[in-house]
Amino acid sequence: MTRAGLDPNSTAGADMPIERHIQLAVVGAGPAGLAAAIAAAKAGIEVLLVDENPVAQALMGLDVPLHFGGRMNPAVQNKPRMVERIVETNPGLAEAFELGIDVQLGVYAWGAFAKGPSLRSIAKPVLGLADEERSWLVSFDRLILATGARDLGMSFAGWEKPGVMGAQAALSLIERYRAFDGRRLLVLGSGALGMRVAGAALEQGLEVAGVVDVVPDPLGPDVLRPPLSKARVPFFGAHAVKQVLGKAEVEGVWLVRIAGGKPVARSERDIACDTVVCAIGAVPNVELMDVLGCRLVFDPKRGGHVPVLDADGSTSVPCVYAVGDCAGIFDKKIGDPEMAIAEGRRAAAAAAWALGATPVEHEMSAAFAPTFDAFGHWRRWLDAELAAGGMEVMVCQCEEVTRRELVELKPPRYLNWGGSQLKTRDVAALAKDGPVNADQVKRLTRAGMGTCQGRRCREQIQMMLAMSAKVPPEQIPLASYRAPVRPLPLSALWPHDETQATRDNWDIWFGIPTQWTAYWEMGETSPAVPGTVESSADSAK
Amino acid sequence: MSGNGIKGASVVIIGGGVTGLSTGWWLARNGVDVLVLDKGIVGWEASGRNGGGCTHAYSPFFMEEQKLWPQMEELLGYPTEYQRHRIRVTLDETQFNRQARIERLAGKQGFKVERLTPAEVRELVPLCGDNVYGGFLLDFGGHANPQRTSQAYAWALQDHGGKILQHATVTGITVRNGKAVEVVSDRGTFGCDSLVIAAGPQTAKLAAMVGADLPLAPARAEMIVTEPLPLMKHGGVDGNGLYGRQTLRGNLAYGGGPHEWLDWSEMAAPPRPTTPLLRHLSRRLAELFPKAAHVRVIRSWAGIVENTPDGRPVIDRLSDPGNVVLATMSSVGFGLSPASGRAIMELVRHGRCLFADLTPISLKRFKGLPADWRERQGWLPPDAALAGD
Repeated sequence: MTRAGLDPNSTAGADMPIERHIQLAVVGAGPAGLAAAIAAAKAGIEVLLVDENPVAQALMGLDVPLHFGGRMNPAVQNKPRMVERIVETNPGLAEAFELGIDVQLGVYAWGAFAKGPSLRSIAKPVLGLADEERSWLVSFDRLILATGARDLGMSFAGWEKPGVMGAQAALSLIERYRAFDGRRLLVLGSGALGMRVAGAALEQGLEVAGVVDVVPDPLGPDVLRPPLSKARVPFFGAHAVKQVLGKAEVEGVWLVRIAGGKPVARSERDIACDTVVCAIGAVPNVELMDVLGCRLVFDPKRGGHVPVLDADGSTSVPCVYAVGDCAGIFDKKIGDPEMAIAEGRRAAAAAAWALGATPVEHEMSAAFAPTFDAFGHWRRWLDAELAAGGMEVMVCQCEEVTRRELVELKPPRYLNWGGSQLKTRDVAALAKDGPVNADQVKRLTRAGMGTCQGRRCREQIQMMLAMSAKVPPEQIPLASYRAPVRPLPLSALWPHDETQATRDNWDIWFGIPTQWTAYWEMGETSPAVPGTVESSADSAK
Repeated sequence: MSGNGIKGASVVIIGGGVTGLSTGWWLARNGVDVLVLDKGIVGWEASGRNGGGCTHAYSPFFMEEQKLWPQMEELLGYPTEYQRHRIRVTLDETQFNRQARIERLAGKQGFKVERLTPAEVRELVPLCGDNVYGGFLLDFGGHANPQRTSQAYAWALQDHGGKILQHATVTGITVRNGKAVEVVSDRGTFGCDSLVIAAGPQTAKLAAMVGADLPLAPARAEMIVTEPLPLMKHGGVDGNGLYGRQTLRGNLAYGGGPHEWLDWSEMAAPPRPTTPLLRHLSRRLAELFPKAAHVRVIRSWAGIVENTPDGRPVIDRLSDPGNVVLATMSSVGFGLSPASGRAIMELVRHGRCLFADLTPISLKRFKGLPADWRERQGWLPPDAALAGD
């Protein structure tokens, strides 16, 4: 439907097909999201809870949304079976079903959109949802994002081999899917995350070949240590990975001792394993917040870029809350799900009040301020891996960009560029022209532009750019996240609900016929006749 | 932040998009002392994110565009990813008849267009399917990488001694004795003998600082990008209501469809969110390339572009102040940038363009335009349009 007097080729007056409206949408059915959904439902709010698990095997194969490293077993192909397991392994889901929450599993939230200064065609905020077959839009009054965290990627020689994976991915496959395909794991990182994943593996009867860290002593909290001590898991302090061993897949790791920031000669040792788990850091999943335009801030103690939040968990976009790991992650939160649960309930209460309902009272814990500089620790790891592996190690696996190519700002290899002038155009030189921006660098080098949507390399690139430009990491702006925040097939995104008006009014560009008049037919006066709306024409742009 | 010790230049250019950068490069390679100011990063706005097309047969700059593109990498010394040829695919008779216009436009200027049967289209464009109606192979035109080309202009300009100052927002222009003599920014004041304003959507606000009335309406447009696919023989394939290309990496990058008219008062551009439009773009891309229907979309982007009331460029040297050139390409600037920059360079240096007649794109064609031209054309932001109900 087009309203008279408006440009029919513009978004003004155009319909956006919305499948349904919901009072409260919650994305993510981990502890925080479930707690939020349940608390809101108990307050009488109509709730839609979506969770992308079980994730399609095709997406797992792209290391999306986590760094699965090919360590899922074939059971993940069986979606109904995986749904059963997810319900089994997450008891809160049963309660959500009983409360009448509309729980949708295996559904991706690929975008969220709210009215803003340059997006005024959206009347009500909407959430973009999809499975592997189709996509649809849901409008909402309030949105609680409980999208969790992903793994910090850390490059070392051979990290592209199947069997190198992230800790969140390992935990997901071991605990949630029960579809983990490794037997003997080497864990990198001795913080709460590393100890959690080592403990989970031991509990499933898997072997843990060791826990490695670049610092001399393990970092994780005492409460997570007993299973590791009991199983006599060795700790390799002041070590880094020199190289992953194995032809097609991980067969072992060559560790090297690091002293004074340098690899120690003849200190290498072989560790046999089939899986290397990167548990060095967890990064909040702020993708949907970035797409929505929520204000983000760099906080080295909470996993890097995190949302700016009110006391109740509200982001800078008024109808959107962030809870759980995506709101900021640190060791205490990894070790204690109650923190995430409390955040979920607090946001649900705020959303309930805003929607005119009275929430159930919960005891609120005091805010916790983490003190450990996690980002600084990541940087120590990267320094050690740079010392151990050098500059020829791949930093972006999708686009095959090495550390050297990144900091020297090399155009991608497929261009075969032989020009000499580029030699002087490295990141350090770029920094002289103004603050280095990760989005600018990624378009020049293609690092971070691949199918995993920069999930494995984003923070490494940030650290390396900061290093090359000699600035603190917070001065490198977040490489932007873009919808769809999950790579989805054209056929699934295809709008089955597209209106006839959208089809009728579709133009390749602006639908201004005089824009394409041959110059020899243009007069000296403008043909624009104010007062009439030009009709649409599919001109060749 | 200071102005890096820069006092001014013979020619100051406001706007580090492709048009301003090309102008600066043409001036610098001709030995002119030039300074480009940008409120952000070079090529950051629509210049660095667009369809990358280099095929504008209706434009007074067409001949120059075609002449220059094959030489640009050599002239600049940096990669642009320019690739020759263009294929227009049509899926029905209506699309075919509209696209056929290119035969007349190109033919008149001595360029060849070959009609393709559906089988020939499928042969040249393996991603196409049984729904092809016909196509056109253009023995001219092409496509390039917008971000890489913008950066190439910037670097080449510096190689010739030109200067670029990023993150400098212009707040005023001083006019004295009928000349723009200095540009005031938040990073200092810069003297100039000549001034070029080529600042995309902001060009109108900057023109107002020297008393010129340039009618412009900004709008946001969107594109999608897929995961990489094996390279087709020609990457410059479009049709079915989409413009775009297969990049040399193999990604399909395509846009089209509804734009959103914007209005803002600050000099800084607002954010550029994408929208659920990406679903509708996905449909049209899957229709154009049925054999790529399974391919995954990995990102989308939006850019803000400006249009004049008739959608044509304005490249004009003002009479008062007489040392100012205004330049807007009216939402179609990337591909034409090698030529537009040369034209502006000549306007600055010689007072006229030596290779093309700029009369059809002069500012004076809008004389007498009513102040409410945007309302009359319906070019309003959605909520402003609703408020007027």
